[in-house]
Amino acid sequence: MSPTAAARRAGPARNLLGIDDLGPDVASGIDEVMGLTDSFVEVSERIIPKVPTLRGRTVVSLFFEDSTRTRLSFETAAKRLSADTMNFSVSTSSVKKGESLRDTIETIEAMGVDAIVVRHGSSGVPRQVARWTDAAVVNAGDGWHEHPTQALLDCYTIRQHAGSFAGKHIAIVGDVKHSRVARSNVAAFTALGAEVTLVAPPTLLPPSLEGWPVRVSHDLDGVLPHTDVCYLLRMQRERMTEALIPSLREYTATFGLTTRRADRLPDDALIMHPGPMNRGVEIAAEVADRPGAVIVDQVRNGVAVRMAVLFLLLGSGTEWGGEDA
Amino acid sequence: MTPPSTTSTGRLLQGGRVVDATGEQVADVAVRPDGTIAAVGTDLDLTALGLADADVLDCAGCVVAPGLVDLHTHLREPGREEAETIETGSRAAALGGYTAVVAMPNTEPAIDSAGIVRQVLEAGAEAGLCDVRVAGSITAGRRGEALSPMAEMADLGVQIFTDDGNGVQDDRLMRRALEYASGLDLTLAQHCEVEALSEGGHMHEGAWSSRLGIPGIPAEAEELMVFRDIALSRLTGARVHFQHLSTAGAVELVRQAKAKGLPVTAEATPHHFTLTHAEVASYDPTFKVNPPLRDDDDVAAVKAGLVDGTIDAIATDHAPHTQEVKEAPFDEAPCGMLGLETALALAITELVEPGLLTLPEVLALMSWRPAAIAGLDGVHGGPVVADAPAHLVVIDPEEEWTVEPAHLASRSRNTPYAGRTVRGRVRHTLLCGEPTVRDGKATR
Ligand SMILES: [Zn+2]
Repeated sequence: MSPTAAARRAGPARNLLGIDDLGPDVASGIDEVMGLTDSFVEVSERIIPKVPTLRGRTVVSLFFEDSTRTRLSFETAAKRLSADTMNFSVSTSSVKKGESLRDTIETIEAMGVDAIVVRHGSSGVPRQVARWTDAAVVNAGDGWHEHPTQALLDCYTIRQHAGSFAGKHIAIVGDVKHSRVARSNVAAFTALGAEVTLVAPPTLLPPSLEGWPVRVSHDLDGVLPHTDVCYLLRMQRERMTEALIPSLREYTATFGLTTRRADRLPDDALIMHPGPMNRGVEIAAEVADRPGAVIVDQVRNGVAVRMAVLFLLLGSGTEWGGEDA
Repeated sequence: MTPPSTTSTGRLLQGGRVVDATGEQVADVAVRPDGTIAAVGTDLDLTALGLADADVLDCAGCVVAPGLVDLHTHLREPGREEAETIETGSRAAALGGYTAVVAMPNTEPAIDSAGIVRQVLEAGAEAGLCDVRVAGSITAGRRGEALSPMAEMADLGVQIFTDDGNGVQDDRLMRRALEYASGLDLTLAQHCEVEALSEGGHMHEGAWSSRLGIPGIPAEAEELMVFRDIALSRLTGARVHFQHLSTAGAVELVRQAKAKGLPVTAEATPHHFTLTHAEVASYDPTFKVNPPLRDDDDVAAVKAGLVDGTIDAIATDHAPHTQEVKEAPFDEAPCGMLGLETALALAITELVEPGLLTLPEVLALMSWRPAAIAGLDGVHGGPVVADAPAHLVVIDPEEEWTVEPAHLASRSRNTPYAGRTVRGRVRHTLLCGEPTVRDGKATR
């Protein structure tokens, strides 16, 4: 860590590795982010959408897995807070030349950074990174594990359109087993008081749901009439070759949100998707364009939510968890 | 083995409690310069024994027992010397109280020919810290396609064969291997893992893998192969030794097979009776091992198997890896953890202290029973009596110590027990009467 970065911090940095890091009371942690997001939404609507909050701070985006959308969202957020940004993407780095993950982190740390936004195809990498650096670590998606800022922007979008979460029925539909978005969202939605039902064939559910505060259904048609938010997960083609489903056609026929199925939803129900969508597979093209579909709002809210997260980690005195023993 | 050096004037292990398969007694043990035991008893007449100048080793408060025998050690040489060498691994073994280890054949190249067997045996003898024996591979190159030359390796004293690291997947090939081995009176040891079920998995499949988003390995991947090999043992009459049992179902299958009189034996590792998959919550690849750390019920079943004799031996599966390869993402890191220097203390701490087993019962699991499975019982693990080779361990069962990776003799540091305080420490280890460990420190 650079001396200046060290001087700014009293102890190890706060991290956001998963939803549970929002504090012992996850709901109030989420509320805090939501409140800040409101003000950063306002910033984003200004003619010059920039505040000096994190001037002199450096935020590195360290992406081992391609995700232009998420990377741009974080970098835009950092820039709107006047932070310096660095982009360390794996194709140009020495990781491919045999440098270890730890070497990479130590190199970045030596440059004197304040926050590292990590995306990796392997679960747990952000937690490992946090062990090796004093900078704040933000999980931008790790393997099948978590994607906390996606969950936060989803919470913000739901609150924006539906008000409170208490008593709301949220269906998360599709490939929960391989979904970091689903894991973070189950934690966030239930913490806020919603009831979550996972809807998928057993092959696309985690092998154990012990400790998950959810209900499970294999019958989407039965669930839809009682659903306030229908959250669809991306269905990947390779699940077919892994024999998890017989075919995409059969998946769409049984778990896809077709026009006919979407009509079973209550009128004011929201339709959400973390993107990118496979139109015609998990969601029919026309359904994605319905008034209740708030998929574009999710993306838009992403920047303000990430501004709030960076501000909380770097710009305020809030004590968060996520430190590693 | 011949004594590593012959400057000795004989030794006296004084004031200990001698424990072996025949029982226990408070006695001194006198050792001749040639490395054999001269006498065991109280008030020994050293002059009459010709040992008046004997070097005295203090054994007060300690248990003197046949040296420990590890059925399952990865010494990494040849091929992965940056992680461990035969010398560093056998030094770690000596510090752990072992006088014999069976080196697994998943080296590079694999131990699948007389030439490589000879190379490893020679390096072990040269290090002189431990009796290094080898397990040959069942199949050529451990590829699971064709039998390795078992008879050729058996001529050099190899008595146990395994493709450890992998199980033999092909049912027909395993049947043939068992038939062939039974004709040579050899034992086949199996790493039980049906790869079609485990492939892509990196930890036990269950509540934690689901929560952590790490692909899992179901218990059934192990149990199906245990079941198959029990069936094949029945079919062929051949001896099968099950390596590192980790699941409740596997323990139960072995229990039933033994009740039917089938010639099967089994081992379990300290980590499978002391740790669970909850450890993986840290995403620290130190806890990545194969078979993976399982759940509470599995740990309880492994302990029960050790208590009721279903499991015959505690084996370490000592698997050193360098820091560099272990500091990878969890799903990219290799499997394995160190074991030699902590196994005895963990057995004492987790099995003896809570009253599940007595110390003599733990010694049975770690010395004479594994010696018999490995076919070493003429040399190791035998009763501590006159004229037997002085392969001995002296244990202070009360001493508490804290596992500090930096202080281990292994070339690698991947112990899951860093910082853990355990009870029971090796005070001296004698190989052919020569201390390889004296007062808790390696002599060479
Ligand atoms: Zn193995």
